[in-house]
Amino acid sequence: MINITEVAETNEMIEKENLDVRTITMGISLFDCISDDLNTLNKNIYEKIYESAKNLVSTGEEISKEFGIPIVNKRISVTPIALIGASACKTPSDFVTIAKTLDKVAKDVGINFLGGYSALVSKGMTKADKLLIESIPEALATTDVVCSSVNVGSTKTGINMDAVRLLGDIIKQTAVATKDNDSAGCTKLVIFCNAPDDNPFMAGAFHGVTEADRIINVGVSGPGVVKTALEKVRGESFEVLCETIKKTAFKVTRVGQLVAKEASARLDVPFGIVDLSLAPTPAIGDSVADILHEIGVEHAGAPGTTAALALLNDQVKKGGAMASSYVGGLSGAFIPVSEDQGMINAVNAGALTLEKLEAMTCVCSVGLDMIAIPGDTSETTLAGIIADEMAIGMINQKTTAVRLIPVIGKTVGDTVDFGGLLGFGPIMPVNQFGCENFVNRTGRIPAPIHSFKN
Amino acid sequence: MNKVIITVVGKDTVGIIAKVCTYLAENNMNILDISQTIVSGFFNMMMIVDMSGSKVSLAEASDNFDKLGEEIGVVIKCQREEIFDSMHRI
Repeated sequence: MINITEVAETNEMIEKENLDVRTITMGISLFDCISDDLNTLNKNIYEKIYESAKNLVSTGEEISKEFGIPIVNKRISVTPIALIGASACKTPSDFVTIAKTLDKVAKDVGINFLGGYSALVSKGMTKADKLLIESIPEALATTDVVCSSVNVGSTKTGINMDAVRLLGDIIKQTAVATKDNDSAGCTKLVIFCNAPDDNPFMAGAFHGVTEADRIINVGVSGPGVVKTALEKVRGESFEVLCETIKKTAFKVTRVGQLVAKEASARLDVPFGIVDLSLAPTPAIGDSVADILHEIGVEHAGAPGTTAALALLNDQVKKGGAMASSYVGGLSGAFIPVSEDQGMINAVNAGALTLEKLEAMTCVCSVGLDMIAIPGDTSETTLAGIIADEMAIGMINQKTTAVRLIPVIGKTVGDTVDFGGLLGFGPIMPVNQFGCENFVNRTGRIPAPIHSFKN
Repeated sequence: MNKVIITVVGKDTVGIIAKVCTYLAENNMNILDISQTIVSGFFNMMMIVDMSGSKVSLAEASDNFDKLGEEIGVVIKCQREEIFDSMHRI
């Protein structure tokens, strides 16, 4: 039988170390909504999402209350809209009407983000893909909770440089369209290489075309729990360090698995995956950078940081893998800047640069995430940064992503505040040398040799 | 069997267990196990309770314990046992 020490340990994790279930995300296929009439399509989308998810928030709250564990976010991901709107949408404005429908239904069911205003263009763009991408600035400026993502590369297909170049422009246009709000539209736009079909985390979540009609994916978190556990093994060997991370990740993930199974049963929607991610928030004590500090680097970004992050990422997966029957999504450690107090401190201390963050993305679960940069950064520089990050993903057969915010009207030395979970932070400097002649080449970068595994 | 774990944490005072147990008895919840310690002046109690015959739902009990806790000046939590089982038992 459970004893008082174990109960106290769990409750201490919840109350003092910010253990929570970060998100229950319901994936919903919209394929059966397709129509060549835009009004019918919008009506179908609204009805399908509303009927599927009307009990999502209340169910999440019930589970949270019964187990005494916070479930911070209830969210929805949908089939990439470029596919769903292909037949009905003839202009970017047509796609924007779908974004508005998604925004409305998301608010009506009470969730805080809906992902899937997306296109999958890793090899080429259809007419609809291009229209959707062109509609992103207006869609993100005129909606509140809709998130957009574009997959522009994969290990199997190479990198679609035409899409990369276009997205350099689109990020900039989105920043301009939301300039009165610190260009916050860009916080809802992610560019991916090797995007997973079952990611529950925003802003990059979409319901992949290989998925079932509806599915429940859960994202757990718990940087504070890992950090507290590591405080007890200061100065110990790498073996002890790694074992401690694994055991802690196991415990955290078990909670996610329990919540996922319970939500799946109550909503009568199949359980998909648990995403074992250490996802930080701006709250004190909920930081991945603080774990790196506890492992032994003075600030995130100091020499040794990449190795420490590699170790952390791998142990989280090893510990979590046994705790869940299906693992998926992005699983690993997230290193967003504005969403992590320790990362913000590292930037302010001068320890962490964009280039070091890029190196860190080779060994962590995602990429250049939530980084505010000067508003006068050129479109081609943005495209160059995206291309670099996509290349890391393509060659290393991992997911990488870019979520940069060129904050219009601000530059190095200024700070931005996006509010809530999106956090705040300093504007980081960007390499000033040009790459126009590189990104202005047309076509695509071929898939790497190790993709030919047939 | 519908087991929940009730934890009470707060400043030690007379009658904490009595008040919690009275509520349990009034609502037909059966206590299976109690353990209790005092850690640096703080009262720390855990009960394993069977709610199969309970007159109230877990959500209601949880709300009522919040109120009772406020009256006594302690924090009372009421959670399903599975969260602890899944974390501490393979």
